[in-house]
Amino acid sequence: MTAGNRPLSPHLQVYKPQITSALSIFHRITGVALAVGTILLVWWLAAAAAGPDSYAGIQGFIGSWIGLILLFGWTAALFYHLCNGIRHLFWDAGRGFELPDVYRSGYAVLIATGVLTLLCWIIGLIAW
Amino acid sequence: MASNLKSPLGQVRYLGSARDGTHHWWLQRLTAVALIPLVVWFVISVIAMVGADYLAFQAWVASPLTATLLILLVVATFYHASLGVQVVIEDYVHHGAAKFALLLLLKGLCFLLGLLGVVSVLLIAV
Repeated sequence: MTAGNRPLSPHLQVYKPQITSALSIFHRITGVALAVGTILLVWWLAAAAAGPDSYAGIQGFIGSWIGLILLFGWTAALFYHLCNGIRHLFWDAGRGFELPDVYRSGYAVLIATGVLTLLCWIIGLIAW
Repeated sequence: MASNLKSPLGQVRYLGSARDGTHHWWLQRLTAVALIPLVVWFVISVIAMVGADYLAFQAWVASPLTATLLILLVVATFYHASLGVQVVIEDYVHHGAAKFALLLLLKGLCFLLGLLGVVSVLLIAV
């Protein structure tokens, strides 16, 4: 295949960001962040398995400011990846490819991420 | 008359840069679909456990249904993560040896952490 006049991959320095491309790369970023965050999940389970003292240790870390900020970021990344992942599954099923639909579902993902994250934290902080 | 005597499945088997056809793609979707209810259950459970002491947490994990769902969550999460991060490494790391080393590290870490998670759940539960 010749390079000719065919479109090339976006050249990021001159590429105008759109919600479509932004949400796409954000799916990857949150995916990698969540993969790193699984260390916290396993640490939590392993600490609980090791006994009450180490469990109190990790609970103390999660309850600290750094722990809460990490957990908030993790919650937001989780809900984004969950909602946008469902959007991807609809595309896999061959649905929602029209540009207005892609934009609509994109905004829906952003709104759902915000609502679910805030809802979780409001309920969680009231229960705390 | 069919110009190709291979079945539709035979035509796509062993295609792709990794020669594994749709296997990677399919397992990524399978684990994604499994993770939707598992993650929703986990988040609701954790919020319900806010403020619980160690004994309450232990009792929650020790219930057969909770232990089973936690193990499923850990296995599906690490399978999904290893498939996803693998593609990120393959896309962005172009140096052959570095790519190979990172992929080995990723698979090893996912296996190690996933197993640690499963063993931990079993230790809490028994």
